[in-house]
Amino acid sequence: MTNKYNNVYLESVSTVVGPYEHNGPLNRRFDRYYDNLYMHEDSFENAEIHLMSESIDILLDKINKQKKDIDLFIAGDLQNQITASCYSALKINKPFLGVYSACASNVEALIIASQLIDAKRVRNSLVSVSSHNMVSERQFRNPTEYGAPKPNSATFTATGGASAFLTKEKKDIKIESSTIGRVIDMEQNDPNNMGACMAAAAADTIYRHLKDLKRTSDYYDLIVTGDLGKYGKDILIEYMQKEYQIDLSKNYNDCGIILYDTKEQKEVQAGGSGPVCSALVVYGDIIPKMKNKEIRKVLYVATGALFNSTMVFQKMNILSIAHAISLEVSE
Amino acid sequence: MEKKLYEKIVMNHKPKEHRLRNALISFFIGGIVGVIGEVLLELYTYYLNISSSDAAVFMMVTLIFLASLFTALGFFDKWVNFARCGLIIPITGFAHSMTSAAIEFRREGFVTGLGANIFKLAGTVILYGIVSAYIFGIIRYFILGGI
Repeated sequence: MTNKYNNVYLESVSTVVGPYEHNGPLNRRFDRYYDNLYMHEDSFENAEIHLMSESIDILLDKINKQKKDIDLFIAGDLQNQITASCYSALKINKPFLGVYSACASNVEALIIASQLIDAKRVRNSLVSVSSHNMVSERQFRNPTEYGAPKPNSATFTATGGASAFLTKEKKDIKIESSTIGRVIDMEQNDPNNMGACMAAAAADTIYRHLKDLKRTSDYYDLIVTGDLGKYGKDILIEYMQKEYQIDLSKNYNDCGIILYDTKEQKEVQAGGSGPVCSALVVYGDIIPKMKNKEIRKVLYVATGALFNSTMVFQKMNILSIAHAISLEVSE
Repeated sequence: MEKKLYEKIVMNHKPKEHRLRNALISFFIGGIVGVIGEVLLELYTYYLNISSSDAAVFMMVTLIFLASLFTALGFFDKWVNFARCGLIIPITGFAHSMTSAAIEFRREGFVTGLGANIFKLAGTVILYGIVSAYIFGIIRYFILGGI
């Protein structure tokens, strides 16, 4: 399902990150960083809530608004039953929708907000997303202090909180269109190779987006996927070429590779992942470039692997989904 | 969508693991742990003037203590990540798995967290260790007559 929007604008964004993201190539682009994974809280779960709440406070400061000015809050994260979003929503005390499509949650939230603003149901919406490396590690993998090595294809969950404020009032950046993804099963079942699970969903969504809007891939100055990592990125380029004859080699990149320096930061292995990974790169790096008019048209395709550790041990396939949103500099 | 084509592309882009290098690192580090154990065994027998079976227990307790302490101090996971099975297979790996689980779940309480989860990783080792000990004990009884 692809929709075009007439009056949805992105007013401002904010980002708060942990130490690994701060040590990466985008280190000066984030609003705030912590050099410790606890963020002055007593557990990693609370640290994630802190990250999301702080990104909201920074955003409201930037646009000079207060919590009472928000019409609707939409948020998602990776914690069991998206509790980081719920505890952050408690502090805002405004109508709240919690969303989950794993690492594609941010674009899902942006799409819902855009639909409601476009339909004039709300005037504005605050959209937040977060993830925390250690929370994901203990939830999906082993205890955080357990040092069992992972294969090279594994990705590294990004730590951070990111928020965006969408409004019907005209601003520099416009939400131009969006495509809601389908759940894809390509019979992949390796939780240490998420890029391979999710590249197929990204391919399906990009193909349908371009087809529905009768566009070619070079319509966009930049197409970014959420968190495929370096191997998933190569899989997507080759698959798009062979299956759909769409050339992505020129204007395509992956947020998981932009967020970290995969050569210097060995611990991230194939690249970053997590719902906040793509949000940090898009809000921290791409939106400022759009505001400076260095790039004008961006297709942001967030990819999510839909599974839990129970289903993986029951030998079920890892499903995937990708949602796409097109951002343009407004004329 | 073409699943066969996709699977082929995925296999083409699967990164290689350095199996030989990992095996050699594990072999040497595992060997060093064995040497440390042997040195401790000799020292305990010589200085404490105890039997070698008592000294073996002392040696294992020392290795378990060190692995747990280093895990708690936060750097043993990096060593394990480098040495791989060289530190996981010896008793240090067992201690590491229990201490890391204990640290992880202490925040959820002593009973519902630490107590319920401390054997999360080590439970497998204990269960199948005991089961296989029984099986081999029975085989040994029938073949060697319990000697």
